[in-house]
Amino acid sequence: MLDVTPKKIAERSALRINPLKTCQPVGAMYAALGVHNCMPHSHGSQGCCSYHRMFLTRHFKDPAIAASSSFTEGASVFGGGSNLKTAIKNIFDLYDPDIIAVHTTCLSETIGDDLVTYITDAKIPEGKIVVHANTPSYVGSHITGFSSMITGLMHYLSQNTGEKNGKLALFPGFVNPGDMREMKKLMTLMGVAYTMLPDTSAVMDSPMTGEYTMYPKGGTTIADIKDLGNCELSLALGEITSTPPAESLESKCKVPFQTLPLPIGIELTDQFIMALNHFSKNEVPYAIEEERGQLVDILLDSHKYSQNKSVAIYGDPDTVLALAQFTLEMGMIPKYLVTGTPGKAFEEKATALFEKYGMEGCTAKGNADLFELHQWIKNDRVDLMIGGTHGKYVAKAEDIPLVRAGFPIVDRYVHSYLPLVGYKGGMRLAEMILNALMDRQDRDCADEDMEMIM
Amino acid sequence: MDSREKVLDKYSSKIYKNRKEHVIQIEAGEPNVIAADTRAIPGIMTNRGCCYAGCKGVVIGPLKDVVQIVHGPIGCSYYAWGTRRNKGKGDENTKNFLEYCFSTDMQETDIVFGGEKKLKKAIKEAVEIFDPACIMIASTCPVGLIGDDIHAVAAEAEEMYNIKVVSFSCEGYKGVSQSGGHHIANNGLMKNVIGTGNAEHVNYSINLLGEYNIGGDGWEICRVLKRIGYNVVSVMTGDGSYAEIKNAHTADLNLVQCHRSINYIAEMLKTKYGTEWLKVNFIGIEGIKQSLRDVAAFFNDPALTAKTEAVIADEEDEIKEAISEYKAKLEGKTASIYVGGSRTHHYINLLKSLGVEVILAGYEFAHRDDYEGRQVLPLKMDADSKNIESITVEKDPDKYRTFHSEERIQELKDAGLPIESYDGLWADIADNAMITDDYNQFETEEFLKLLKPDIFFSGIKDKYIVQRSGVPSRQLHSYDYSGPYAGFKGALNFARDVTLAVNTPAFNLVQAPWKSEPTLIGNLGGME
Repeated sequence: MLDVTPKKIAERSALRINPLKTCQPVGAMYAALGVHNCMPHSHGSQGCCSYHRMFLTRHFKDPAIAASSSFTEGASVFGGGSNLKTAIKNIFDLYDPDIIAVHTTCLSETIGDDLVTYITDAKIPEGKIVVHANTPSYVGSHITGFSSMITGLMHYLSQNTGEKNGKLALFPGFVNPGDMREMKKLMTLMGVAYTMLPDTSAVMDSPMTGEYTMYPKGGTTIADIKDLGNCELSLALGEITSTPPAESLESKCKVPFQTLPLPIGIELTDQFIMALNHFSKNEVPYAIEEERGQLVDILLDSHKYSQNKSVAIYGDPDTVLALAQFTLEMGMIPKYLVTGTPGKAFEEKATALFEKYGMEGCTAKGNADLFELHQWIKNDRVDLMIGGTHGKYVAKAEDIPLVRAGFPIVDRYVHSYLPLVGYKGGMRLAEMILNALMDRQDRDCADEDMEMIM
Repeated sequence: MDSREKVLDKYSSKIYKNRKEHVIQIEAGEPNVIAADTRAIPGIMTNRGCCYAGCKGVVIGPLKDVVQIVHGPIGCSYYAWGTRRNKGKGDENTKNFLEYCFSTDMQETDIVFGGEKKLKKAIKEAVEIFDPACIMIASTCPVGLIGDDIHAVAAEAEEMYNIKVVSFSCEGYKGVSQSGGHHIANNGLMKNVIGTGNAEHVNYSINLLGEYNIGGDGWEICRVLKRIGYNVVSVMTGDGSYAEIKNAHTADLNLVQCHRSINYIAEMLKTKYGTEWLKVNFIGIEGIKQSLRDVAAFFNDPALTAKTEAVIADEEDEIKEAISEYKAKLEGKTASIYVGGSRTHHYINLLKSLGVEVILAGYEFAHRDDYEGRQVLPLKMDADSKNIESITVEKDPDKYRTFHSEERIQELKDAGLPIESYDGLWADIADNAMITDDYNQFETEEFLKLLKPDIFFSGIKDKYIVQRSGVPSRQLHSYDYSGPYAGFKGALNFARDVTLAVNTPAFNLVQAPWKSEPTLIGNLGGME
């Protein structure tokens, strides 16, 4: 397994090996799937669309619908205008969505297709909507694309009508439907009226009914996206992912915003609850306090198995940072934190976190890849890895237990239904981490040391 | 109105005009004609991939001892990383790069100022870290547009590092499907790799062409071939290697499994090196038996023929009882298959042997000959097919070698051996079956409702759509992470998996009891 990876670390500036990010359009497609009755549309060659649908379907084990402009060489030379117009007509004729959310690809971006003009010129049936986001694959990552599509939707639709709606606008970050459900549960318990954008719950985790429907029940409605401009405040969860859309809502509709890390673990969930508390002025109900107390209890009970264990965490920037904080709460040492998404914020935030917990000898790197992480581990190993599926080869090669959390997870079931966020998500994470460490102890110990009770 | 008309009727006139040529119902005794290999309609959810997917994803992807650098933004390389299940194994002499993903991860500045410099640097870094014997470069959409000359970079690197460096201009927008990418990949192997080795000829040597070792298919096929006594020089490209393929010219015979992806190479190998090719199908018990007998007939050695029969008897014996048990559970079921450009055809006899009839079928990226048979060749070129590079080869005077005389080949052909020939889907599909070329999600949904097959074989993008309609679904691209499905043992795996799928207990739990039982239970007039 990964036998040709040398221990010696060489500086690389051109060759990316085993990346920890993918391209913008897949993030844009995921965001668009979180809009009610929406058809995501990929403006480019059809391979991109096929790859992205495949990839999301494998992560969620649910259909990811999307159409493509199906460029051939002609469109690449003469521009994709007529392909897009044909596509828009065919999509409304055949699949009848309320809205088409177009994202670009590196192909249409490189030839400079002018989406605004194309959409303005297109025949759009009465009452139907077409929006777009520019998502060149040679900028940022899938995280950037996710942000860009949310921004694109608001750019086209959100209006400040001058009448506040009393709601909180929530940008949930690049998380699973299970996380979005948990965030909504907490907001409801806190008596907060909200609009979440996007909301992939009940779309990418919709129930089996025996009947396929192209547009499941869930997703943020167009009316709600329009009304985002009238929200009192927007709350951006996951600062790297969600700050750009929150900023754009502020600049377009004058909605003030607050940013917070993803609410994973105790302190970060506390921050989320406090923000909701400040917003609604409602007291925190006992149901939430109870969950929090349970999670603290679990961490106290189990500390001896987690404390001082070292961990490597890889994946999307906001997810990695929040997971790192939770492992610190469990007394663990987040020795290596890596993300593929470029940008300085990740390393700065990680360093601040290490300082806050007095951690020395921990490393964080943005714009990094799994090959580099593997080389670090080869030189100085860790007790546990946390991240998506692609790390399983490193975990097997180095015989390190792996807890799957984040995106993508294409080799396990159920993960996208259950939360990592909130106190409940913390309990789930604690269970996964402790099981991995304790299974390892059981597996490796001598027969005479096998413990019945641990 | 029949099913075909019912589905087509819902289209707007423009789409109707296009799709009616691609959707047909088989009429017994008629020359059934279908349109294929034409552009997908923008906005229609096609399952097709792109040229890059065919080249890097399918054909060169499985080469294990090659560092394959995808020149482009990160996504293209990322999606082809470990997603196609082309298994491969390294050994002490073979560096295995299959678990790796290499990309130049182009950024905006590379698009604006050109990416050649970054590619050169990436090659240098790959050589320094991995010291590979061969590097291949696959280009993606923006590279073609900005005009990076990857071939010049490859030539320069080949000289500079004294290793083989091969480049493929397989930008996604070329052609109408992944099929064009297969062609470009094969041309690249033909021009740069095959014939460059200096291995000696070994008796009864074969190459296996168009076999990608999905789920270990190639391993199972090779196990049986080796058991009979054949020497497998190379497999293109499942568990394949640069080291083996460069000696492919030394084989006596080429076996072609997926002809859609590789018939061009088979043709060129015949022209350049004199090697005959034979169409085989190692999927399904009847197919395997026929194929093994055809190969034996080609070599016409009594010992080999006897061994072939002994191996067939032995292998078949081993699975016979279990297969008939599965057959008892599957008899009378109907199926739909929608995959690739040969696979749909390959599975028909296997399903038939399990008592399952295919009533709805199609290909993603086939050409007309995949449906109608080789006799429809040559096909008329259109603007899109003209964009795919076509190469011609000439006889290599040093390496040209024929196993049989021309007269003998003609005799074998007359005796019915599929030398340089293959049948299309029509040869094996049931009368009245519905055929749709490049079928889309709309047609999938509509035909599911109208034809109600008991099982649906396709890929991941359809899988959950189909399953949600209550129809069991199995992926025939990835075998749903099972397999192998080729060979005798593979047939048994397939029978087991299909039986599991149609008998999944959870299908009986779809409806909640409160949907069919009344909520209020009372009694009439106070009586007990």
